[in-house]
Amino acid sequence: MLNIMEVHETNKMIEQEKLDVRTITMGISLLDCAADSVDEVCENIYNKITTYAKDLVSTGQAIERDYGIPIVNKRITVTPISLVGASSCKSSEDFVKIAHALDRAAKKVGVDLIGGYSALVSKSMTPAEEMLIRSLPQALSETDIVCSSVNVGSTKTGIDMNSVELLGHIIKDIAHATADNDSYGCVKFVAFCNAPDDNPFMAGGFHGVTEGDAVINVGVSGPGVVSRALDEAKGKDFEFLCETIKRTAFKITRVGQLVAQEASRRLGIPFGIIDLSLAPTPAVGDSVGEVLEKIGLEQVGAPGTTAALAMLNDQVKKGGIMASSYVGGLSGAFIPVSEDKNMIDAATNGCLKIEKLEAMTCVCSVGLDMIAIPGDTTAATISGIIADEAAIGMVNQKTTAVRVIPVEGKGVGDMANFGGLMGYAPIIPVNQTSCEAFVTRGGRIPAPIHSFKN
Amino acid sequence: MNKAIITVVGQDTVGIIARVCTYLSAHKVNVLDISQTIIDGFFNMMMIVDYSNADEEFGTVVDDLDKLGEEIGVRIRCQREEIFTKMHRV
Repeated sequence: MLNIMEVHETNKMIEQEKLDVRTITMGISLLDCAADSVDEVCENIYNKITTYAKDLVSTGQAIERDYGIPIVNKRITVTPISLVGASSCKSSEDFVKIAHALDRAAKKVGVDLIGGYSALVSKSMTPAEEMLIRSLPQALSETDIVCSSVNVGSTKTGIDMNSVELLGHIIKDIAHATADNDSYGCVKFVAFCNAPDDNPFMAGGFHGVTEGDAVINVGVSGPGVVSRALDEAKGKDFEFLCETIKRTAFKITRVGQLVAQEASRRLGIPFGIIDLSLAPTPAVGDSVGEVLEKIGLEQVGAPGTTAALAMLNDQVKKGGIMASSYVGGLSGAFIPVSEDKNMIDAATNGCLKIEKLEAMTCVCSVGLDMIAIPGDTTAATISGIIADEAAIGMVNQKTTAVRVIPVEGKGVGDMANFGGLMGYAPIIPVNQTSCEAFVTRGGRIPAPIHSFKN
Repeated sequence: MNKAIITVVGQDTVGIIARVCTYLSAHKVNVLDISQTIIDGFFNMMMIVDYSNADEEFGTVVDDLDKLGEEIGVRIRCQREEIFTKMHRV
């Protein structure tokens, strides 16, 4: 039978250490919404989302109340819209209509964000995919909660440099279109390499074509819990440290598994995966940076940061994997600069630089995430950053991504404020040496060889 | 059997258990076990209850106990048991 100390430990995690379930995300296939006219597609999409997800938010709230665990976000992912709209959209403006339909449907059911205004172009773009990408500045500035992603490369296909080059310009245009709001539109867009089909987190979540009609995916959180647990490991060796992280990750993930199964049962929709990510928030004590500092760094960004992160990431997976029947999504430690108090501090005082962040992305999930860069950064430089990050993912057979915000009208040292969970960030310097001739060559970088690993 | 865990945390005063039990008995929630201790200087009480025959929705019981806690000046939580068993039992 349960004892009072165990019950106290769980409630302390929730009340003092900010343990929560970061998101319940319902994936909905929109493949059957394709039609001959855009208006018909929009109507089909609106009807399907508002039917399938009508009880998502209330069910999430009921689970929160029954178990006493906060579920911070309720979200929806949909099939990449470039596929759904391919038969009917004849222009970028047509795609923008679909973005509005997604925005309306998501607001109707009361979710926080909807992801899947996406294109998968890892080898090259179809005309529809290119139209969707070109629609992004308008789509992301005119809608409020629609998120977008573009997968520009994969280990199997190589990197489509035409889309990488185009995205540099598009990200600048999104920044310009949302200039009066610290270029907030760029927060809702991410470029991927090896994008997973079942990611419940935003902005990169979409419902992959390999998925069923609808699915429930859950993202857990808990850097605060890991951080408090590491207080016990102070001065101890790596074996003790790793065991502590694993044990904590197991406990956190079991809560996610419980919530996922319960949501799946109550909504009558199959359970997909748990994403084992340590997702920080800008709140004090809910920081992956703080965890790294407790492992032994004076400040995140110091030499040793990459090794500490590699170890943390691996232990989180090892602890979490046994706690869940299906694991997927991004699964690892997130390092979104603007969403992590200790990373914000380290970036502000210059300890954490973009080059170190890039190195860190080699060993943990995702990539250069929520990084504010000078508004005058060129499109070619942004393309270069995306290409570098995609190359890391392609060669290392892992997911990588870029979500940088070239904050229009601001320069190094200024602060950008994105609000709420998206946080705030200092604008950090980017190497502005030109890579224009490289990114404008055209064509694609071939897939890497899968042998002779070095 | 549908088990839930009720926890009371705060300053110890006369009649806390009595008032919680009065509410539970009025709504046909059966108490299976009670334990209490002092953690970090605070009074901690835990009850394991069976709400299979409760005459209210579980969510209503949660809200009512929360309000009762506010009246007494302590924190009362009522949570379904699984969140604890899943976390602490393999």
